[in-house]
Order: sequence, then C-alpha cells, then structure tokens
Amino acid sequence: MVDKKKVEYVANLARIEVSADEISSLGEQFTKIINYIDKLNELDVEGVEPMRGLHIEAGRFRADEVKKIFDRQAILKNIPVREADYFKIPKVIE
Amino acid sequence: MANDPINLTAVEISKSIKEAKSTPDEVRSFFKERIKKVDSSLNSFVQVFDEPIACDKGKSSLSGVPIAIKDNICIKGKRTSCASKILSTHIAAYDATVIKRLKKGGLDIIGTTNMDEFAFGSSCETSCYGPTKNPWDISRVPGGSSGGSAAAVAARLVPFALGSDTGGSIRQPASLCGVVGFKPTYGRISRFGLVAFGSSLDQIGPFTTNFIDCANLLNIICGFDEFDSTSVSLEVPDFNNCLDEDIKGIKIGIPKEYFGQGLDSQVDSAIKDVIEVFKKKGAQIIPISLPHTEYAVATYYIIASSEASSNLQRFDGIRYGLSERAPSLKDIYFKTRGEGFGDEAKRRIFLGTYSLSSGYYEAYYVRALKVRRLIKQDFDKAFGEVDVILTPTSPTPAFKIGEKMTDPLSMYLSDIYTISANLAGNPAVSFPCGFTKDDLPIGAQLIAKEFDEASLVRLGFSYQNSTDFHKRIPAVK
Repeated sequence: MVDKKKVEYVANLARIEVSADEISSLGEQFTKIINYIDKLNELDVEGVEPMRGLHIEAGRFRADEVKKIFDRQAILKNIPVREADYFKIPKVIE
Repeated sequence: MANDPINLTAVEISKSIKEAKSTPDEVRSFFKERIKKVDSSLNSFVQVFDEPIACDKGKSSLSGVPIAIKDNICIKGKRTSCASKILSTHIAAYDATVIKRLKKGGLDIIGTTNMDEFAFGSSCETSCYGPTKNPWDISRVPGGSSGGSAAAVAARLVPFALGSDTGGSIRQPASLCGVVGFKPTYGRISRFGLVAFGSSLDQIGPFTTNFIDCANLLNIICGFDEFDSTSVSLEVPDFNNCLDEDIKGIKIGIPKEYFGQGLDSQVDSAIKDVIEVFKKKGAQIIPISLPHTEYAVATYYIIASSEASSNLQRFDGIRYGLSERAPSLKDIYFKTRGEGFGDEAKRRIFLGTYSLSSGYYEAYYVRALKVRRLIKQDFDKAFGEVDVILTPTSPTPAFKIGEKMTDPLSMYLSDIYTISANLAGNPAVSFPCGFTKDDLPIGAQLIAKEFDEASLVRLGFSYQNSTDFHKRIPAVK
C-alpha cells in the first residue's frame, strides 16, 4: 500500500505541489500500479547483467571546434522572467 | 488540379507538382481547406501554419507535399508544447534534425498535431488541448500518444505525418486509425530536437497511408546525426528498392504469447487472415515463443517512467514555458510543476521518482533493467530462427473516449503488444489488415531484426499489393 506519507515524500523529491485530493487519488492509483509492477519479483534475475542502453557506439570522437548551433536570442526569448541576457530568479543566498 | 489529392499517394502528389499539373500552393490550399472543414470534429491539429515554412528549394521524391508534425518535435520559431500546459508558451529555438531533413527534401510542413501530454498515454486524451477523436467513429479514441498524427492521416487531412514511439505511440494509434505507422530501429533516426520522454526507448517515425510513401519518407529522415550520440552510422538502404512483391521463403514467426487472453476475437481472426495472405505468397510460417512477454508492461513502466522523471526535471519554470511566481526558487519549482503537469504526467513522474529513489532503486529500476535484458534475449533467440515476427498491434480496436481514463493500469495494458520492440530496440510497423463488424480498423504488427527496416517495407508493400484495407477512407465530415 502506498500511503499518504509516501506520496508526499515522492512529491517532495519530484518538486511537485499536490493538493489533498491529488494525494488520495494518486495514492490509490499508485498502489494498483506498484502491485502490478511487483510482478517482476516472480522472475529470478540472479546474474543477469542490467541492460543500460542499446548499441551505443562507444568512443566516437569529433574535432574540438567551436560551432554555432543554437541561436542565443531564440533561446533567451523563452525565459519567463529575464533581465538583459540573464535568467532572473529569487535570491537563493542570504 | 487534375486528380483529387486524397486518392493519390504523396509520391504521386509530388510527381504532379514536378510535371506542372499542380502547384505546391494549390496542394497546400487543398489540404488546409480540408483541415478547416473536417478537423473541427476531430481535433487532430494543434496548429496549422498560416504561411508556408521556408524550405530549401530541395528536390526529393516528396518535395512540395504537405506533412504534419507531432507537437513534441521542434520546429524553429514555432510553438512546440508536447500538448502540455507547462510548455504552452515554448517557442522552439532550433529545428530538430528530422525537420532539417524534411526542409532539405522540400517538404511542406503544414502544422503540428495533437498528442497525449508529453506522449504519456495511449488514447490522446491527456492533451491540454482536449482529446482527438477517431475519424472512423468520433465517440472513440484514435489511440496514442501520436493520436493527432494518426487521425489526421487516416482522415486524409494531410498525406503523411511524423510521430514518436516510446512504447507503441506510433503503432497503436496507426492500428486504431487504419494507417501505416512505422517505428524504425532505435538509433536509425536522430532524436535531436525530439522532446525527450524515455531516452533509451524514444524513436521518431512516419505515419502514411501506404508503404510507398513510407519507404520514401524513411529515405529522407533516416541516417546518422552528429547531434544524437545514440544515432548509428550504419548505411541506410534505399527503401524504394524494397518495394518488391516477392517475399518467397521469408520466415515469419508467430509468437504464441501474443494470442492469448485479452485479445479481441475479431482482431485475432484478422491476424490469422494476414498469415494466410503471407503463406499464399510463399512465406514460411513458424510458431515461436517470446517467454518474457508478460513482464514487458511492468518492465516498461518502470524504465520509461524513471527516464521521464529525470528528463522532465528541466521543466522548472525558470528556463521556458509556464512559470508560477513565488518568493523562493523552491516554491517556483513546486508551484510551476504542480500547476503545469497534468494527472498522467504527475503519475509517471511519481512512479519514476519512486523507482529511482534511495531504497527502491535496486528493487525496481535495476531489476527492470535486468528483465529488459531477458526480453531482448528472447528476441535475439527468436531472430535466430525467423526473419520477422507477426503479431496483433493492439489487443482491441479503438475504445470509447473516457473508457480507460479512470483506470491507468488498463490504459497501460493497451500497449502490451508494442512495448517489447522498444525495450529490445527492434524496428516494427503496424499496417491496416481488416475491419471489425462495426467498421473499426484493425492493425497487424511486424517486428524485424535490428536495422532490418527493409524487410518490414517489403512485406508491407507486398501485403498491400494483395489487399485494399489501406484504401478505405473514413466518411468523416
């Protein structure tokens, strides 16, 4: 059972604000999903190497050159709150 | 225009432009008119561009033909929102590599299509723009997550479209809407500019009405890209050379695990008919087993959600999109993400965060990676005996809007036949193979060895030469 406390814990890790209603509905659905996923415990996976990716070509090198790929102004345009060419955020150091 | 473009292939439309029987402007106007007329009942488009996007005067077998793009692929200067409130103001700062390739091929990018929010879903109902309807029955879902692209192509609002497939998001909607939906091998098409969901699973691919257009579009979008470190530098064949009727001797595996409980009887019998068509053409039908199939959905939801929770950390209210104001940085994160993400996105982020959290990481995430290897090994073993694998694409035809929204698990299970190809990385395609007694399309899925898209194009083309399910057009008004 995924209880209220656990949902709040995960919500905090995920940095998502949730209402009291959401906590109870998410908890219920979450329990169902976790119960289903626990199906994987039926399998013996002793000694199986975890599969971390697919045929990634290792060691591909490229020349160390500066290339202009992105349009700086186009990226800056998306900033919700900016000052000149900077992201503006609340003060984080007292 | 000499012929009604809805009865032409994209290749034929491009040819008519080259032969000066029509102009790109006429073709664009025709489809834009059609979208205007029909899409109010489907909601398959998110944006239709007023002005044509500047394309190179590139020539290709598809130049001048309109194409629609799923709302999670970046088109420079256009809104790319993943059908999420959190990105509703995001303007793409660059072109995805596939968009660059389309422009180079002279295609006409006409608009963007609806989807489940961040591609989380199998019904196109979690979009912040409201659900897309299935053109065969507007009380039903088009499938998802690329439901807008599938519905638009099925209703011939556009000759073809791009989508993305993380666990079936191209193939399942293609099946439910009666079109061809192709997921190439992981690494075959650059993911640069595709908003990431599950980075080890995501793949861009085409929706078309037929395999001729599919082959030609694959020719344009496949290939190595230095901006995607997981794209592969293998040579891409000319898929036009695969448009060949002869499939004699090809070995088709039929996995017994895909024909059990939960499979609709009409879907089952349509797939049996596909087997007969291939048999008649000289293919060998071989029963096989993929023993870990029943664990694929659970494995997928751990891995995909873990990758998604990590990928979606970037939506923080600071760099782009929605930003809820608050006195502290932490509160901006909490409020923006709480307000900006829909229910399903929250569920996936929570599941992923949980699976990766201290104390659960080994039990969930690492265990899932191990089972993923077992699933991959099933495929490797099967492909030692057969060339391709034939299965249903979806256990059922299109379901009713709202039917599965209150039960996330039943929604997840609608991808039960498509998920394994993403976990293993293999190419797979869904193509129309029949209709239910209520006139809902049924799709069949073919899965091939890694980088053997050619066999899928060949078999699909050969099948469509002997059948006409792909020629039926829904009577949506």
